Amino acid sequence: MIIRRILIATALCLSLFSPQRSIAQDKSIVVASTTSTQDSGLFEYLLPIFTKKTGITVKVIAQGTGQALDTGRRGDADVVFVHAKSAEEQFLSEGQSLKRYPVMYNDFVLIGPKSDPAKIGGTSDIAAALKSIMAKGAPFISRGDRSGTHIAELMLWKQAGIDIEKEKNAWYKSIGQGMGAALNTAQASSAYVLSDRGTWLNFKNKNDLQIGVQGDKRMFNQYGVMLVNPDKHPNVKKDLGQQFIDWLVSVEGQKVIGDYKINGEPLFYPNANDSGA
Amino acid sequence: MNTDASALQLVLAVDPTLVAIVLLSLMVSLSAVLIAAVIGIPLGALIALTRFPGRGMAIVALNALMGLPPVVVGLAVFLLLSRSGPLGSLGMLFTPQAMIVAQAILVTPIVAALARQTIEDLWEEYRDEFAAMNVGPVQRIGTLIWDGRFSLVTALLAGFGRSAAEVGAIIIVGGNIDGFTRTMTTAIALETSKGNLPLAVGLGIVLIAIIIAINALAWWARRTGERYAG
Repeated sequence: MIIRRILIATALCLSLFSPQRSIAQDKSIVVASTTSTQDSGLFEYLLPIFTKKTGITVKVIAQGTGQALDTGRRGDADVVFVHAKSAEEQFLSEGQSLKRYPVMYNDFVLIGPKSDPAKIGGTSDIAAALKSIMAKGAPFISRGDRSGTHIAELMLWKQAGIDIEKEKNAWYKSIGQGMGAALNTAQASSAYVLSDRGTWLNFKNKNDLQIGVQGDKRMFNQYGVMLVNPDKHPNVKKDLGQQFIDWLVSVEGQKVIGDYKINGEPLFYPNANDSGA
Repeated sequence: MNTDASALQLVLAVDPTLVAIVLLSLMVSLSAVLIAAVIGIPLGALIALTRFPGRGMAIVALNALMGLPPVVVGLAVFLLLSRSGPLGSLGMLFTPQAMIVAQAILVTPIVAALARQTIEDLWEEYRDEFAAMNVGPVQRIGTLIWDGRFSLVTALLAGFGRSAAEVGAIIIVGGNIDGFTRTMTTAIALETSKGNLPLAVGLGIVLIAIIIAINALAWWARRTGERYAG
């Protein structure tokens, strides 16, 4: 008797959340995106506007770019919204998506403690700053998670002529976590760290961290969006997903992105019109 | 959620987003415990009352499974439920049900192992009586579960503690989606990563308060129950 009652209760509990029910009830898509779009607060601002207009709920999984693309590869997301052009082009060439749309950009900033142990203050040359960090053995936090920011960081070391795989030592700590966690770690250990500007501006635990290097054109950070190929993954909601992409690159969506500011400072610059981006 | 709210404001003001997160957390944890009870208590009773070859090993295995690493369970359930996995067609990944499944796997061994111990200890007491009164096996299990119910509640509370505090498994299989699969623990992880430490601490206080409240409720129910049951 009791067991039967418990079984019925369990079934009721589960049926409350059955997938069929949620599909019948609402139009929703899953977007695999990066920690930077979430930690910067962009989605919190942008998605309610999109949902109000279209009635489509967007479920965001915030991961590093590499992991977000893998989520798309397994067919667990309808749309991927990431920031590492080389990795996105790889995704396209595998046929995982048919088209990549540039959406917006911002830039990376090198964050460091105000005490500036590597003496990089004032420079806008990222390569010189990285060389100085290595020469002084100043602590540096690496995302180490195949995210867009991690990929960009590795590229910057390479452009500075440093083989970081070979040179890294106790001063270089690869933590394998998201942008916010990396900033927290840098804050707690007075270390340097590469961050996207959006996450940095929205970050609440800055304490004695500050921007060390910014404005180098090598620190450009482009975001792109892609629909996961429905021919490879039949469960992909291609119409709803495409509707989201079309809105992001539309005049209206681009304006919403450009309007997102913290303390009057924009976090992202829309550039869907730049087909080369 | 208003990320500028201080911890105190957040705890005092009833924020609808926070309420939804708390309800989802409770829903997931309690469902997992319910499933664990349905599977774990009969399983524990069965192992307690039967004698079979390899029983010692089964008990060691069951006890060891209490220490299942949540992140490994999360990964296994993730691979199972992924669209490219064997159960991908269910479309259950990144849903609350996926989180319930992962937590039920974590909690069931705890309930089963503790139930086995409780029921086995009781049986030692009742064995002669059962033999004298010629009680059948089904009735024996029923009597032992019923008479051990107050200790079994403690086993369920241990399971609830595990599931309510857990973040490693549900963040993998749930995806921490705002308004859909975001629970207390994953929200705390997120706010910490945003550097919003006061809000993270506030959420932590709320979570601990809820766990204390549930345990207080169970204690009160047990005390009342014992009084009337004599």
